[in-house]
Amino acid sequence: MANHSLREAVVAYRRAPGLGLLSATSIGLSLFVLGTFGIVTYNVDVTLRAIERRVEVVAYLRDDITAAQLEVLQSDVRSYPEVEGVVHVSKFEAMRNAMQQLNEFRDVFTDLEMNPLPASIEVRLKPDFRNPQSVEHVAQLIDLYPFVEDVRYGREWVNKIYQLRRLGGAIAAILGVAFAVVAILIIGTTVRMAVLARREEIAVMRLVGATDGFIRRPFLLEGFFTGLAGGFLALLLTYAAYQVVDGSLIDLEWLPTIWAAAGTLAGGLIGLFASAYALRRHLMTYA
Amino acid sequence: MIKLVNVYKEYPRSGLALKNVSFHLRKGEFAFITGPSGSGKTTILRLVHMAEPPSDGEVRVSGHSSKRMKRRDVPKLRRRVGIVFQDFRLLRDRTAAENLAFALEVTGTRTSEIKGKVQRLLAQVGLASKSGSFPDELSGGEQQRVAMARALIHEPVVLLADEPMGNLDERAARGIFDLTRDINASGTAVLMATHDLELVRRYSQYRVIELSEGAIVYDSVDSGESDGES
Repeated sequence: MANHSLREAVVAYRRAPGLGLLSATSIGLSLFVLGTFGIVTYNVDVTLRAIERRVEVVAYLRDDITAAQLEVLQSDVRSYPEVEGVVHVSKFEAMRNAMQQLNEFRDVFTDLEMNPLPASIEVRLKPDFRNPQSVEHVAQLIDLYPFVEDVRYGREWVNKIYQLRRLGGAIAAILGVAFAVVAILIIGTTVRMAVLARREEIAVMRLVGATDGFIRRPFLLEGFFTGLAGGFLALLLTYAAYQVVDGSLIDLEWLPTIWAAAGTLAGGLIGLFASAYALRRHLMTYA
Repeated sequence: MIKLVNVYKEYPRSGLALKNVSFHLRKGEFAFITGPSGSGKTTILRLVHMAEPPSDGEVRVSGHSSKRMKRRDVPKLRRRVGIVFQDFRLLRDRTAAENLAFALEVTGTRTSEIKGKVQRLLAQVGLASKSGSFPDELSGGEQQRVAMARALIHEPVVLLADEPMGNLDERAARGIFDLTRDINASGTAVLMATHDLELVRRYSQYRVIELSEGAIVYDSVDSGESDGES
């Protein structure tokens, strides 16, 4: 029975290769747009994560803080569930960093009789807690210590990065659904045409007592393979586009394997779903 | 074996096609359904083949009832009920043998059994030498023989024939009718729709159910109320 379905699906391609090719190409182009956007989304995500890694809370310490108090502070902060690591920057290190980073003011720093820069602790958060709420929560906790002068964490930055990521995710989801619908309509139309082209066969199948499942199976396989072929085509086109852009315009990272595999397989699944939907509506006509 | 009980069939556009039709066709029986065009002959065959349900009443075929029939059970029934039409309905891109093999393949028959069965059936309908011919290379009578062979492929308990000689010349028609009688003689019941009154008169030993405007106006064996479903 499975052999029959597979053979009939292959026969369908042989009978109307143009139709299958057109359909796979259309799906390929739809998914290509999605793939291109996938690369953009992925690279924006990679960049934002790199920026996120730099999100940290800096607590400036009073000059009269004792070594014991500093020890307590660091140990307490390290124990927060949101915190990945704590680095102490002494007054001396702060001055050295400032002189390195602000080289043009080097003379000003050198002429100072005393070091005006405060010591600080730089608190890095775990990846899952680099959102505005967690950052603010940690900052508020640290600010409660009396020997902490001030706490800074670039509130606007954190908010913007967070919003950008959410916006990127939402656009990806909307485009994904839109192009999936386009692909479903294309495959649905192809399968409907295939059903019409084979209506006599279907009528005979019904006459002699073939089951609905048996009649449907070749069409479902045809839809799945058409979608899968479209998925492969999209993968090739996306890779070609990536090769053209990467290095010449901007440096890009290629999609993770799981994304590429899932995208290609999604083509097949969209094909299967579209066929099932088209068959449900149109096969009943030939009772 | 086939029983229609107070069956009505109404179509939204053309109105009532069958009005209170009841009859019982027993195992191995041969019956003509006659009447002018549009009297409901084909509708009765469609209901027996469960191509559509009655609007009211009940159709019982070989243990299946239209009242309890589920869509997934229809294929099982159709393997017990063979059907042929005036226009043969063969697949034009397949040979006679392939048309029969197709009917076996799509109902899940093992590949090893198909060839032998196809040859046996073609021999039974007198077409052993034409197995490799496409429908367009066969005469009308030969095409109807292929269609008959296909209808018999699952050894049905009843053969439904919708004007099977309608498109044939006299000689071919006689051949097809003789074949139908042979099929009946081997135990398969036959329900044949025809408007050929000459044929009906000539074979007066067979039962005649006459329709007019969707109602039975004559039944040579009045069995509408009888029991004995088998």
